[in-house]
Amino acid sequence: MAIVTTSKKACSVNPLKMSQPIGGSFAFLGLRGAMPLLHGPQGCTSFGLTLFVRHFNEAVPMQTTAMSEVATVLGGHENLEQAILNIYDRLEPEIIGINSTGVTETNGDDVEAFIRLIRQKHPKLEKLPLVYVSTPDFKDAFQDGWGKTVARMIEMLVAPVDAARPRDISRVNVLPGCHLTPGDLDELRTIFEDFGLKPSFLPDVAGSLDGHIPDEFTPTTIGGIGVDEIATMGQVGWTIAIGAQMRRAAEAMQVRTGAPFRLFERLCGLIPNDEFIAFLSQISGRSVPWKYRRQRGQLADAMLDAHFHIGGRKLAIGAEPDLLFDLSSLLHEMGAQVSAAVTTTNSPVLQRVRTEDVLIGDLEDLEELARSRDCDLLMSHSHGRQAASRLNVPFFRVGFPMFDRLGAAHLTMVGYRGTRDLIFDIANLIITDREANHGPTPDTWRSSCGGPQVHPPQLH
Amino acid sequence: MTSLSTTIQDVFNEPGCARNASKSSVERKNGCTKQLKPGGVAGGCAFDGAKVALQPFTDVAHLVHGPIACEGNSWDNRGSASSGSELWRRSFTTDMSETDIVFGGEKRLYRAVKEITEKYDPQAIFVYQTCVPAMIGDDIDAVCKAASAKLGKPIIPINAPGFVGSKNLGNKLAGEALLEHVIGTEEPDYTTAYDINIIGEYNLSGELWQVKPLLDELGIRILSCISGDGKYREVAYSHRAKAAMMVCSKAMINVARKMRQRYGIPFFEGSFYGIEDSSDSLRQIARMLIERGAPAELMERTQALIAREETKAWAAIERFKPRFAAKRVVLITGGVKSWSMVSALQEAGLEIVGTSVKKSTKKDKERIKELMGQHAHMIEDMSPQEIYKMLKDAKADIMLSGGKSQFVALKAAMPWLDINQERCHAYMGYIGIVKLMEEIEKALYNPIWNQLRQAAPWDEFDRKRQARTVAQMYAQAAEPVRDASKNGVNTISLSNENEASGGESAIAAHGLNLAKPCTSSTARCVACKDIRSDFQPPALQAAE
Repeated sequence: MAIVTTSKKACSVNPLKMSQPIGGSFAFLGLRGAMPLLHGPQGCTSFGLTLFVRHFNEAVPMQTTAMSEVATVLGGHENLEQAILNIYDRLEPEIIGINSTGVTETNGDDVEAFIRLIRQKHPKLEKLPLVYVSTPDFKDAFQDGWGKTVARMIEMLVAPVDAARPRDISRVNVLPGCHLTPGDLDELRTIFEDFGLKPSFLPDVAGSLDGHIPDEFTPTTIGGIGVDEIATMGQVGWTIAIGAQMRRAAEAMQVRTGAPFRLFERLCGLIPNDEFIAFLSQISGRSVPWKYRRQRGQLADAMLDAHFHIGGRKLAIGAEPDLLFDLSSLLHEMGAQVSAAVTTTNSPVLQRVRTEDVLIGDLEDLEELARSRDCDLLMSHSHGRQAASRLNVPFFRVGFPMFDRLGAAHLTMVGYRGTRDLIFDIANLIITDREANHGPTPDTWRSSCGGPQVHPPQLH
Repeated sequence: MTSLSTTIQDVFNEPGCARNASKSSVERKNGCTKQLKPGGVAGGCAFDGAKVALQPFTDVAHLVHGPIACEGNSWDNRGSASSGSELWRRSFTTDMSETDIVFGGEKRLYRAVKEITEKYDPQAIFVYQTCVPAMIGDDIDAVCKAASAKLGKPIIPINAPGFVGSKNLGNKLAGEALLEHVIGTEEPDYTTAYDINIIGEYNLSGELWQVKPLLDELGIRILSCISGDGKYREVAYSHRAKAAMMVCSKAMINVARKMRQRYGIPFFEGSFYGIEDSSDSLRQIARMLIERGAPAELMERTQALIAREETKAWAAIERFKPRFAAKRVVLITGGVKSWSMVSALQEAGLEIVGTSVKKSTKKDKERIKELMGQHAHMIEDMSPQEIYKMLKDAKADIMLSGGKSQFVALKAAMPWLDINQERCHAYMGYIGIVKLMEEIEKALYNPIWNQLRQAAPWDEFDRKRQARTVAQMYAQAAEPVRDASKNGVNTISLSNENEASGGESAIAAHGLNLAKPCTSSTARCVACKDIRSDFQPPALQAAE
């Protein structure tokens, strides 16, 4: 059981953490026709937007209430009203998703009340869903903002169900954590469909940020789950939540609609996927398709081939709690040793990370731990690149943001197939590093033999 | 020490800005930033602007005092290059918590400064103010002053919290901070008659190094570059330069003008984008240095170098002419940068069919007309939808712009090239312009465009099939006698009893109850009886 501690430094150096409001906006980006709106100064939106654009290489819709110093003094009611009206009139969104920021939270803006007043004043907004979530910058982290926002979407948008009405057991709700990529969601969709199940993903960033080319230019999100479909999510047989961050949302769904849920904390690795596939077989009443039996075999074989390389590696990993838990567990199950683990925010899974201590800290902490504990594999988002080059160890990019490599949206880690490919990628990285940096030389083992080198006398 | 609001008023009143000078006194008081429109903007804030302007100083620790958003969401996002220290790429923030906001963040800020000094011992620390600490009244000026005295190191407050205005205002406030706290505080080891400052150049993708060899060859020394590949000491003694070139005119004009006022350093607005502008700038530098006492032979050497470089560059561009014949370009950029490129692009045979004039002054527009002819399409403010439509309708062959409109162009299957700060290629000087031509050629002639503009083959099939179906419908409508069996009326059931009951048992196995089972134990679902050809999707059906 890992001991969880928080860094005591006054100055965070090379932050691992990103802010809560943009985690919230990210969740809204998984809705069709959506416009995420940050209630705060324009910089909050601009930084978040740039981050998403660099990660996905996609146009990303995101707006701001553009709070100025004066507006902050006067309160944000008028700015919020103008922002909503401007977005409504110009962009015709299907939904506006509002997150608060540090400034408006410090100010104490009562946004729910503002929205009620705005609705009273502008009857034309009657049909437009406005979902507001409180997400101050100075608390929690990216994945918390996502989790809270999805929970709030459920409370606001899922229609109550008639308890007497039978459920549609062929339908399932899927509540993915923010660590799942569009590629992960597409993989899951295929798996559900192979069991004859019809999944509703909330949010569905695969619909909006998978990089497809729409026929027409759309100023809002170009895909994702529609508000109409969300409304019907109470009718399903099961809700499946992925990642501990989604417990709050899954519980909200159960409270609102009575739909039972099952939380999968991990979907990467052999045993977690065995549990997942077995569960799908049970709820669908179908035997496991041949395809997945084969994929399971392929994963097993990948583990056999890769354990030579991954086994014994000393991993230093920096990631948000759910991703950290999933990946470090996989590496542990492949024989690696989780030597340094740094994360961004608290979570019940942290105690179960297979290491001695987990630090809520930054990438400077991770770099120092990795150095002092002699780690030889580093995993984090792209910001870990500087640490990796200073440590001169192989660096595997995971999570958000990944701004210096292409294809972040399609990196797939879930399912037997996703795990298989991930294992190959990690093993190949290690092999490349060994070939490039650790080839044997006549002196490789010399110093470790102890004793001074004896030079035989020359004959002539 | 002046208050932030006085500084902002002072910055708005910039007499050196051409655009500002053309305004009435009332307009000028309103400032040079457009009133922000909630729900209609996406630009950076003042803090962003200040950070962008100063971050290229390489041996300085840049400490952001605020909640995680300001730095955590934005660090290591610029492509400036450093010839020495990598300290500037490390990120430092106080990551303020709720407790700091309740009790004030000054103590934490002081401790942060101390930690940085102990661990990294930088030349200086720049402390950036952000909105939340500004709201709660953290006095970063006082903290910096106290910390400077105690730690014996320059700790410089950069007072540009995001909500005071735009990115551009932030650039200028960063300049004010340099003027107030840094410039003139140290002395260079030695000076020469050939010392210049370059102001407003950020060395993105290392582009300054495309020009520096030429200056080196002429014996001209860059005493200080503000701020690309800059060092703290260099800015501190930059007041000893003989002349200055101001590169990005809108960003740091206050620095150039006040340095002329205070230290008598003459400056000119110039650019190293494009051949003619590069030559002009070199000549201007030589002229100013000679006026300030450099030997007159500098001009001869400069002219000779220009002649040599121009010949080389034009010769290199010659080979693009046949490739660029009749190719049309849309140029969307922040105004100033575009002119200098226009003539080179035109010389290479490209036709400029439109350019943005959003940030340009009246004079700018006249110059554009002069360069591009009366028919040039000047784009005042185009929405992404309009740009998309223009490109989709193939009114241009390539778009050159900043990252913002990148995906508008690419998703319209239109060649596009980044010419703003996020780009990964360097386009400065005589080498840079040829590099730009190369990139344009690569983009224009990439084989992907032809493939991507083709529709998928089944789109055609689908259209034909649809046409056939419509034709059949008309045929049937004209033939009222129906044969039920051929008209698609079938009795089908979509329910699957096995699946349904299997699902239930799983729910039971997990100890949960369903409100009511969907299907009875009879072999057939009642709701599914006699479903006609307009069958319902299974979801709806099972819900019934």
